[in-house]
Amino acid sequence: MAEHAAAAAPKLELVDVVKRYGDRTVLDGMTLSIDEHEVVCLIGPSGCGKSTLLRCVDLLDPIDAGAIRLDGQAITRPGVDTNAVRRRIGIVFQSFNLFPHMSVLDNVTLGARRAQRRDRVDAEAQARELLDRFGLGDKIDEFPNRISGGQNQRAAIVRALMSDPEILLLDEVTSALDPELVGEVLGVIRELADRGLTMVLATHEMGFARDVAHRVCFLHEGRVLESAPPQELFGSPRHERTQQFLQRVTEAGRL
Amino acid sequence: MIAPARESALSGFFRQEGARAGVIAVVSTVVFFGGAALAVVNSPNWPRVRDQFFSGEDFVEAWPDVVGGFWLNVQLFFWAMLLIPVVAMLVAVMRSLRGPAFAPIRLLSVVFTDVFRGVPLILLILLLGFGVPALQIAGLPRGATFWGLVALTLSYSAYTAEIYRSGIDAVPESQRSSARSLGLTQMQALRFAILPQAVRNVVPALMNTVVSLQKDVALISVLGVRDATREAQIITSRTFNYTPFLAATVLFLLVSIPLTRYVDWFTARDRRLRSQAQV
Repeated sequence: MAEHAAAAAPKLELVDVVKRYGDRTVLDGMTLSIDEHEVVCLIGPSGCGKSTLLRCVDLLDPIDAGAIRLDGQAITRPGVDTNAVRRRIGIVFQSFNLFPHMSVLDNVTLGARRAQRRDRVDAEAQARELLDRFGLGDKIDEFPNRISGGQNQRAAIVRALMSDPEILLLDEVTSALDPELVGEVLGVIRELADRGLTMVLATHEMGFARDVAHRVCFLHEGRVLESAPPQELFGSPRHERTQQFLQRVTEAGRL
Repeated sequence: MIAPARESALSGFFRQEGARAGVIAVVSTVVFFGGAALAVVNSPNWPRVRDQFFSGEDFVEAWPDVVGGFWLNVQLFFWAMLLIPVVAMLVAVMRSLRGPAFAPIRLLSVVFTDVFRGVPLILLILLLGFGVPALQIAGLPRGATFWGLVALTLSYSAYTAEIYRSGIDAVPESQRSSARSLGLTQMQALRFAILPQAVRNVVPALMNTVVSLQKDVALISVLGVRDATREAQIITSRTFNYTPFLAATVLFLLVSIPLTRYVDWFTARDRRLRSQAQV
């Protein structure tokens, strides 16, 4: 019975989520559901709520109304162990946010050592393997300010992967990168998608969204205005707002 | 590109400029301080002042006692240097805690800094040094030196806590987010991610506080404790000669000038390293 409910429940579900910053309503009844192994891209103009949505899902910002469920369990209820939830969800930020006073290896293993209380040797072995796989094997002892933005961002992705998250949230992870470094980060994300990791990406990389996403959601004024497979959404958007947005993106040469 | 010959001619010019600037600096310094010294020495009361403040005989005589008193200042400085960073960090961390449950702790920290920063240090020393022992509470130390140390610690901790807090506030919010996103608790995020960066931000400010503390330990003399200042005062009241104060001054300068030079050097180096790191 309970098993049935769990099997039927989507991996991640947002129901009528409202989030305000002061008197500004950023998420205005956001409803969205994401299945296991699904890769969903969130697109939309600045301020449409993409980043806020991801922050709320990782419980970095409390929501004002509605509910967020992970495997059918509400994670926004009071009394939920937020740190335990955060270990099940990985997040990568636009500006990498590695800790500048730590080496790449220490950055990557901090959560494992301190939050999960794993053995250092064990955590470092896993970290080395992941860093190797993403081409950072020779940067293990470097500090963040000594490596490129792309390397920073790949290290940040590895850091988020260390707890074997069930979902990875990516918040415009290529926006702060020099154009020639975008490819290496997108390559990593593509590999993760191929491995079946459930991912939600806020992105401006429409070409990438078209390639990798199973579904693209257009966000407008704190709601999902349109949600469809990439071919459909980019090919024949139904809403006028979506059309206008894609038109502007195309004019800017980003599609 | 500038040709090598041209370059050497240019640098020769600058060397010359450098030499000339050096000469000007020396001459103006000599004129300025020489003039000031002459003005003092030729003032009508100079002979009297010289005997009162610059008597070699009195200096030598007072020196051992004043040095003995200064040892107390050094000890106070040492203990305060151990206590202040700990208390201040505690107060700063208390104030940085987020969430409604921690409201009373934040309030406590605000009250602490407001009160102990608001009271002049000399009053705090007098109040605690004379007030607490007078309460005659069993188990509490009665020593004036002890309570003087407590007063110094409280006052300086309030200032230092604010310095730490400014350092904490200067760490971008995104660092806290990324620490929390790893599942670290609030305290773990502070300890491993935020505080190491925060302290690095404020090292120059902290070192200036150290210089200031080194001098303020002399305030303990208001409690009658026999530190350098007090010893000098005692001798002065006997001999009616103020040279012992000069002896105490020299002792404090012997510590504070090297300390200040070190702070300047350290701050400059820190700035240089940081600007390099941002390249």
